[in-house]
Amino acid sequence: MPAQYKLVKCTINGKYTETMVDVRASLTDLLRDDYRLTSVKKGCEVGECGACNVIIDHECFNSCIYLAVWADGKSITTLESLMGPNGELSDIQQAFIDEAAVQCGFCTPGFIMSAVEILESGKEYTRDELRKLMSGHLCRCTGYENILNAVEKTMLRRLGKLPS
Amino acid sequence: MYDMKALYEANTVEEAVKLRMEHPEAQIIAGGSDVLIQMREGKRAGKELISIYMIDEMRGVKLDEEEAIRIGSLTSFSHITKDPIIQEYINVLGEAVDMVGGPQIRNIATIGGNTCNGVTSADSASTLFAWDAVIELTGPEGIRRIPISDFYIKAGTVDIREGELQTAVIIPKNSYEGYKGHYIKYANRNAMDIATTGCSVNVKLSEDKKTIEDIRIAFGVAGPIPMRTKSAELLAKGQPVSKELAEAFGKEILEDINPRDSWRASKDFRKHIAVEMATRCFIESVKLSGGEI
Repeated sequence: MPAQYKLVKCTINGKYTETMVDVRASLTDLLRDDYRLTSVKKGCEVGECGACNVIIDHECFNSCIYLAVWADGKSITTLESLMGPNGELSDIQQAFIDEAAVQCGFCTPGFIMSAVEILESGKEYTRDELRKLMSGHLCRCTGYENILNAVEKTMLRRLGKLPS
Repeated sequence: MYDMKALYEANTVEEAVKLRMEHPEAQIIAGGSDVLIQMREGKRAGKELISIYMIDEMRGVKLDEEEAIRIGSLTSFSHITKDPIIQEYINVLGEAVDMVGGPQIRNIATIGGNTCNGVTSADSASTLFAWDAVIELTGPEGIRRIPISDFYIKAGTVDIREGELQTAVIIPKNSYEGYKGHYIKYANRNAMDIATTGCSVNVKLSEDKKTIEDIRIAFGVAGPIPMRTKSAELLAKGQPVSKELAEAFGKEILEDINPRDSWRASKDFRKHIAVEMATRCFIESVKLSGGEI
């Protein structure tokens, strides 16, 4: 059977794109191979580890189990979108550094994109709620506590409840 | 890259039925959180897929003209949990599906997929059994509606016929009006785990809140498919609310359940926790209904 392709029109990190994609490709394949967005990691590739997590229309998805053709008409954001005009880090990225929430770094982009969705809600969550909201990620280095500290502190700073 | 032979995409229910007729061997894919993983594992490798994920008319929750709650089969778990209709009338379903996998899985996984794959551990299924849900299937001859208990045939097999796809899960008004329910999932982890056993109960109390007017209970992983335990329902129906009744109700479920030994848990352990889960769900449902226990 000949390879089957489809034209996918979507917005990636704010930029409109048109891509001919192999229908067998996952969204991870599209983002990494066609757009070199290598913050999107290939981890377990079965939707368990969260390393490939991206935001699609304001919700987090594991891009490894999302067909690239489904991206048609959607708006996708990856960790790369957080970079400021002069290469600055965003507050949540800086918090990960300050709290030592990064060790090997493989899980970090996925975690940060979940944190972005949480922070953009503008709500205040308890520690237990944050733990549940971040539970779709595996980290084998940090033991999670520092990651939760980074997200919690950034949330409180954005809500004006902790000095920045 | 997934090892698939071909992908056929439907944008409407009509197109999906047409594709089902043209490609009877092809596997339907909704959110893909089961199908794509099985394809990755090699179980469904090399197969043709019919994607229904882009059919937006199959998304969302609404009250139909008979005030039945109609959940489009492609509605994701996170959208069910957040939905105001679900929260008002059958909040327990939103709570149950909020225990599936992790946040990203709940954004992609659909209630239709969870029921169509026919597994006993599906967190939505026991609650849907307990609420007497109706499954809507659309095929070349039109729409067919069947009780969820008839939809499940055996482990991994459901009643989807040639050319059909599941288009909605419906909770009729007489199933939910006046009932409150509770779900317990027993698993080894709080996230990213499959239920060792799941139990869903709902009750309708008398006006003075002292008598069980009606009660329904269903289990996941207490047999090859989700099941009701009717002996316990019969025992409690019409009885005055009491702690003793909750305990007797819990024990009575052993008349009907038939769990197995698996690497997740032994048969004896499952029986042990199932009794406790039934009792606790009973007590919680009574409290939610305004009763005292």
